Amino acid sequence: MARRDGPFFPFQQLREEMEKLVTDFFGPQGYAGSAGMSRTFPPLNVWEDGDNLFAEAELPGIKPEDVDVLVVGRELTIKGKRAGGEVPEASYHRRERGTGDFSRVVELPVEVDAEHVQARMSNGVLTITLPKAAAARPKKVQVQV
Amino acid sequence: MKTSQSTVQSGPAAGQAERTRSGQTYRPNVDILEQPEELVMLVDLPGCQGDQIDVRFEDGELTIHAPVAPRQPAGTRYWLREYGVGDFYRTFRVSEQIDSQRMHASYAQGVLTLHLPKVQSAQPRKIPVAVGG
Repeated sequence: MARRDGPFFPFQQLREEMEKLVTDFFGPQGYAGSAGMSRTFPPLNVWEDGDNLFAEAELPGIKPEDVDVLVVGRELTIKGKRAGGEVPEASYHRRERGTGDFSRVVELPVEVDAEHVQARMSNGVLTITLPKAAAARPKKVQVQV
Repeated sequence: MKTSQSTVQSGPAAGQAERTRSGQTYRPNVDILEQPEELVMLVDLPGCQGDQIDVRFEDGELTIHAPVAPRQPAGTRYWLREYGVGDFYRTFRVSEQIDSQRMHASYAQGVLTLHLPKVQSAQPRKIPVAVGG
């Protein structure tokens, strides 16, 4: 993949790629409309440094054991579920937090070393560290004198 | 499941992000459910520190403010940026009589659980019927 060369790089293509996701992370009351969220869940931030790509998602109330992170080739999948937790003897005044299964697939901009991907959850934030494949890392070239 | 809007009103604006004096804040998603003895609120506050979440209840107005520190250094260039990171802030007007002394909250996995016990007189009361001999 061509390296981006300016402040505006082509993630439009990436965004379109992600529309092929599957999700039913929305409750029976039309979760999508209530908080202005899109039907894409979870929203992702993806950034990089020289050696790694990073992907982050906010997954409050989701147990680490209920989240699966898969890397196949250049495709990152985050899937899982948030339990509904119907409470007996309760009537809901407001229900904005989605429940159910979700699955999000995103095409990564560079090759990664799938064997060494790490994921951790902290206070409802999932952070995935994806080491770039050797070929995708910047190389320092010695200047001959 | 019945739904009503009468007891807790969210205010004032509906929108994902709002500007306040402290800069950009985000409006957290909430579930509010009512049980016979209390209201329970579940508030999505990912990425906070539990001891920094400020919950205030005064004159029937509940305010939740949760500071969130930036997680990436300034100048980070994103391939994808689908959400912003910043403080969470939201207010509610609660018409139910709440016993503020007994309010309590806990924070786990990025979710604040807030218990708002009703004052005794607001609770349904079962009146025992004495049976004459």
